[in-house]
Amino acid sequence: MVFGLTLQSQIKNMKKIHIALLVLIAGAIAVLLTFLKTASTYDTIDTAIAKPGKFVHLMARLDKSQPIEYDAIKNPNYLSFTAVDTLGKSVKVVYHNAKPDNMEMSERLVLKGNYHDGFFDCKDIQTKCPSKYKDNMKATDKNLQSTSTPATTNSAESK
Amino acid sequence: MDYIGEHLLPGQLGQFFIVLSLVASLVATFSYFKSAQSKIEEDSTYWRKLARLAFITESFSVFAIFAILFYIIYNHLFEYHYAWKHSSLSLEFKYLLACFWEGQEGSFMLWSLWHCVLGLILIKTSKKWEAPVMTVVSFMQFCLATMIAGLYILGWKMGSNPFVLLRDSGVLDNAPGLHMNMDVTQALKPDYMLSIKDGNDLNPLLQNYWMVIHPPVLFMGFASTIVPFAFVIAGLWKKNFGEWTKPALPWALFSAAVLGVGIMMGAMWAYESLTFGGYWAWDPVENASLVPWLILISGIHTLLIYKHSGHSLRATHLFFILSFAFVLYSTFLTRSGILGEASVHAFTDLGMNFQLLTFLLIFVLPALVFFYIRYKEIPSIQKEENTSSREFWMFIGALVFFLSAIVIIGKTSLPVFNKIFGTKIAPPEDAEFAYNSIQVYVAVIIGLLTAITQYLKYKETSGKYFWKKIGIPTVIAIIAATLVLLYGDINYNKKGPVFLGSIWLAVACSVYAIIANTAYIWVGINGKLKLSGGSVSHVGFGMVLLGILISSSNKEVLSNNINGIPAPLDKNEDPRENLTLVQGLTSDMGKYSLTYEGDSSHPKKQLSFYKIHFKSKNGKEEFTLTPNSFVNYKGNEGLMSNPDARHYWDHDVFTYITSIANPDKTKDTTAFKTNNLKPGDSLFYSSGFMILQDVKEKDSLPVAIFGEKGTLHEAALKVYSKTGSIYSVTSRLAVAKGELLSLPDTIIAESLILQLQKVNPDKSIEIGTKESNSVMKYVTIKAYKFPFINLLWGGVVITAIGILMSMIRRIRLNRNNLSGS
Repeated sequence: MVFGLTLQSQIKNMKKIHIALLVLIAGAIAVLLTFLKTASTYDTIDTAIAKPGKFVHLMARLDKSQPIEYDAIKNPNYLSFTAVDTLGKSVKVVYHNAKPDNMEMSERLVLKGNYHDGFFDCKDIQTKCPSKYKDNMKATDKNLQSTSTPATTNSAESK
Repeated sequence: MDYIGEHLLPGQLGQFFIVLSLVASLVATFSYFKSAQSKIEEDSTYWRKLARLAFITESFSVFAIFAILFYIIYNHLFEYHYAWKHSSLSLEFKYLLACFWEGQEGSFMLWSLWHCVLGLILIKTSKKWEAPVMTVVSFMQFCLATMIAGLYILGWKMGSNPFVLLRDSGVLDNAPGLHMNMDVTQALKPDYMLSIKDGNDLNPLLQNYWMVIHPPVLFMGFASTIVPFAFVIAGLWKKNFGEWTKPALPWALFSAAVLGVGIMMGAMWAYESLTFGGYWAWDPVENASLVPWLILISGIHTLLIYKHSGHSLRATHLFFILSFAFVLYSTFLTRSGILGEASVHAFTDLGMNFQLLTFLLIFVLPALVFFYIRYKEIPSIQKEENTSSREFWMFIGALVFFLSAIVIIGKTSLPVFNKIFGTKIAPPEDAEFAYNSIQVYVAVIIGLLTAITQYLKYKETSGKYFWKKIGIPTVIAIIAATLVLLYGDINYNKKGPVFLGSIWLAVACSVYAIIANTAYIWVGINGKLKLSGGSVSHVGFGMVLLGILISSSNKEVLSNNINGIPAPLDKNEDPRENLTLVQGLTSDMGKYSLTYEGDSSHPKKQLSFYKIHFKSKNGKEEFTLTPNSFVNYKGNEGLMSNPDARHYWDHDVFTYITSIANPDKTKDTTAFKTNNLKPGDSLFYSSGFMILQDVKEKDSLPVAIFGEKGTLHEAALKVYSKTGSIYSVTSRLAVAKGELLSLPDTIIAESLILQLQKVNPDKSIEIGTKESNSVMKYVTIKAYKFPFINLLWGGVVITAIGILMSMIRRIRLNRNNLSGS
């Protein structure tokens, strides 16, 4: 807005500095637009399966009726479980990293990765734990020692 | 109704001072405004006196609120929600301060406290600028006071009060045991406090000494950005456009030094305590604090241009406004909960989004409108800058810094973008690379400009002068950069040759920046240290760039797994970074052999320390690291790990726990116990049960192995452990070349061994179970090596020292000018 004004008033005698200004701003805009192009999407299991090989953020939760396969002694870098989403679809997930310890307690999982060859190849898991702070005061009741915590977001990043 | 064991006085006092601070800051704002507007000298003085009184009252109130809240935390008065939520009896004294600013309320108070300190200094020093500048500061104080007011106005809750009682906070509403007759609809028991024995404690990740010191420094940095902003507003208001730059410059420098150090202290915390694998992850919370700093640096440089050439005053206005605006924006981002999935360490949402947005807009919109209206009146020079002038290239540098900030905040604001437009765009696959791939070019440009610009003169520079001065430093820099690239071993291949080339270029430019600026202290200003603030800070900044480039591109994962199951790695697959160590067994990890020696526990907390012994294979190094982990701590299920590090002058070795053996396993039967099972039957063992899924006979077996009449039976079982883990196992029984072979399957995590012993024609089986005598203890770790991180930390310190040297010089100059005129 302000730079636009500068240009408007002085467009006749463009200075070198204004040309530099224009070029750099155009560069910055181009960078941001490119960023939007490379950005990924939040998906359900159906839509993730529909674009195999494409990197997505899968919103799902752990299917507790299915086995979690993780044995740190055999291979600490292999975790396999089944994720199910709000639409009831489920998919096998493979994660080549240590199992996030609070996974069983999580109410939601953000799985970053892509679907291929019949399973979701996960690069990163974010576990969202239930907000015990609000709902779970039964804990206070049980042991009469307050143990509740605010919602925690734990990251199990592979960076 | 009276409750037993409550201490209500501190809370009531606190409430009183909150209201007092709210009123006093409003009075101060109004009086300063009147004083600034008044044309008559006496009126102005009258209002200023009143305003000072009000501001001092307000400051006293803020200090009192601070002291009272600390008293509550220090004395563990858990009847107050804030103390209960953020502290505990077992919390060490040094962390009591950290829990003070764990919550939003405490951090708002910290911010407000620094404004008081800065405001009192401004009252003392800013003379004729006092009234307009302090109007802005006092109004800010009023806004911050509303954040902790906790008042209800027409049913709308304003702010979140730190003195709310636990029983009023809603936390106890659903706990029948604390209510009369076990009924939550009835009143609390008078002696409910007897049940509140301990608080919730500080988040284990924040129990780190950097969390005691990082927030105060960072908030002092945030708080101080208001001063240049207030001077800009004062200048626009009084139509006194250039003059404010003199008193504002030392403040801007102060702010840059403190904010910069504050941000990097956060980076050190991330480096030392968080398990994100480094000091900077381009997390929104980190970005949001970096952006105001970048813009502030732009503003300082354009201000210097203005001082020496008269150019760039308008840009200086804009940069100081935006630097402050982005502090407010970062407050909105990190506290409103809008980041949601995008950040791992934002505050929890307190339902104050509307108020936070108002807080942002109430400053930013009027300031920008004001700037727009006055824009034409702000003096600017029509004559074009010479491309051989210092101001031309300084401006380009400032602009690149500014645009880099805009690009960073643009990417960070993706969740805001989604919210406004209802889109569902997620960050890209490699979010860090999305930043790095662009910012590496910013490093190239800034490194280069930092190196050469000081050698240019304001107005114009003759080629002869320039080359004479910069020639030797350039030659030295070329040699040094070549050596660094040859022996620095910078081979970051993951992102292709273009990115690697960019890193090399950036390394060369930052080496150039370091050497050219060091040389300038002698070549340019003849070793006059008093004048060398700028050069010193540029040397430091060059070191920061070099440190970032080398340590990030040479970061090494030491725990690459090679002795787990040899799963073949695809080219595109991430390396498997976790390594499991069984207690007492020495494992191989690159140039080290590692032994997990055992663990010990904290006497009061569920905190365990794991001893990991490192021994280098060439026998030169031997040390023990003790990373720790909070296990199922206060309702935070799972592990919260803190790494331990071995520091060397040129690199650090880090390790932390990613997974541990299940601690509550029981055992034990020494021999296999035989059980009869049919498909669908279940069988219990000491820490869970298993269900026989299916029994199959395999056909078409290879004759070479099994012989003519070989058979192979497979029994598939699912094991459900008490802990919630489920394992699928297959136990096999074969007859090969007349021999009976049983192939047991083991679930080591459960210390459970299953052996198929007999398969009957009706598919019922006999299966032996055994739980091993000794619980096998193990930990899974990750280990990293970070090289040359000290270059980064050292660079930060030198940058800050340089900036402060400039600040002191500017303060002296201002004083001399005043006494001279």
